[in-house]
Amino acid sequence: MATIPKALRDYLDQTGEISLFAMRFFREAFHRPFEFKELLRQCYVIGYNSVFLVITTGFIMGLVLTLQIRPTMIDFGAVSYMPQLVSIAIVREIGPVVTALICAGKIGSSIGAELGSMKVTEQIDAMEVSGTNPFKYLVVTRIWACILMLPLLVIAADAIGLFGSFLVETTKGEVSMRLYFNRVFDSLLFGDLIPATVKTFFFGFAIGLVGCYKGYNSTKGTEGVGHAANSAVVLASLLLFVVDFLAVLVADIFYEI
Amino acid sequence: MITKGDITSLAMDPAHTNSAPIITIRGVTKSFGTHQVLRGFNLDLYPNENVVIVGKSGSGKSVLIKCLVRLVEVDEGEVQVLGKSIPDLQHDELDEIRADVGFLFQGSALYDSMTVKENLQFPLRRHSERMKGQDEEELIHEALKNVGLESAIDLMPAELSGGMKRRIALARTLILQPKVILYDEPTSGLDPITSNEIIQLILNIQRTFHTASLIITHDMDCARVISNRMIILQDGINYAEGTYEELSKSKDPKVKAFFKEVQNR
Repeated sequence: MATIPKALRDYLDQTGEISLFAMRFFREAFHRPFEFKELLRQCYVIGYNSVFLVITTGFIMGLVLTLQIRPTMIDFGAVSYMPQLVSIAIVREIGPVVTALICAGKIGSSIGAELGSMKVTEQIDAMEVSGTNPFKYLVVTRIWACILMLPLLVIAADAIGLFGSFLVETTKGEVSMRLYFNRVFDSLLFGDLIPATVKTFFFGFAIGLVGCYKGYNSTKGTEGVGHAANSAVVLASLLLFVVDFLAVLVADIFYEI
Repeated sequence: MITKGDITSLAMDPAHTNSAPIITIRGVTKSFGTHQVLRGFNLDLYPNENVVIVGKSGSGKSVLIKCLVRLVEVDEGEVQVLGKSIPDLQHDELDEIRADVGFLFQGSALYDSMTVKENLQFPLRRHSERMKGQDEEELIHEALKNVGLESAIDLMPAELSGGMKRRIALARTLILQPKVILYDEPTSGLDPITSNEIIQLILNIQRTFHTASLIITHDMDCARVISNRMIILQDGINYAEGTYEELSKSKDPKVKAFFKEVQNR
């Protein structure tokens, strides 16, 4: 062990601990008692409270993407392919990844800080002595809520992003809404929609898992709470790209992207 | 009003000559890495008795009471609460015992996202079988009445002062009608007047509910007033034991040094 550099040892330690944490989630997630009331509350907190941020970002993403690509498409004489190009880009990749990154920042940090603060103020211990399994009540519900809410947030961001793109097209190219969305739906296949949607469940899992792991294992008082929130965002963002890469690899096997 | 001049304990006399102890600790050891915190601690807590454990910071007092509800696992030794060996219990059995053992945390540990009422409902709903036939609303009002904070029922913890938080936490502890209450620094971080209110509450609880209490504290005024018996935890063992008067007059150099250090604080 002495020959392994400390940074590598810490990295391996953390990877092992997160894996054990994930295994504990799967062990506890499917056994009674189920905390449905808290799950619904978390779905509201995580989903509803993020909608405004996600649709704003999605709208701007659609506008900017179209504005940036359009001149090049005009140069190539391919401006009529704009709806196809933008829809595939948004639905397959940009929508899910940008939304997940926004959620990693908002949801990951908030879960990390909330659980970290509960840990250092002994609220988690208080929960345990009152006969509640805090892992089930706090961690399982939050991870499930992330898994369930992220796909919905991504769908909302994609839809509003395409609407933003249409606004640019209709302003600059006088394309009707009907024509624009006919072309969008003609170009989108199940091979675009299914892998893109399935990977958002994994994005949700990654965000929830990392946020909960960092918060639940927070130490060193209030400094530790800040560190938990910060490192939850950094690690979740990094993990999202890894999950995205793996999802694209697997989708390529099944759908030959 | 409790003043610095009071010497006699105000705690009710325990009945430990004829009763079996509620808590028994024998030879408990606990280490964190290479640092051994407890090195063979022993204790008997009898019904209706207030035992205060004092000791320097980092001496393992909080670790000790956390071992009693298995928030911390002991390395070796025997820990029995209400006749059950805590390290050997299955999770369901442990939850049953935990309902009989109230725990007042140092920082109150109220759930930030819940109102006072929801904080009190939380343990009740977890132990609904145990409280069957009793009206939830009535229990909550009764618990809040016991700590004199009925008006705070709809407030959030962030809207409460430090003393109010401690009293609500005490109400949450009392709501399951425990047989033993563990207090982790019940007066820390409070002003002298609020500390006195908390001390009075602890005494009232002993008189009204006849609970046994194990109290960890740095506050020697609190220890003097509420203890039937005091234990000095030093070097990981129960170094000295007796009433406040006995210990304060002890000739043992370490005990004398401890009292001197506390008085100079």
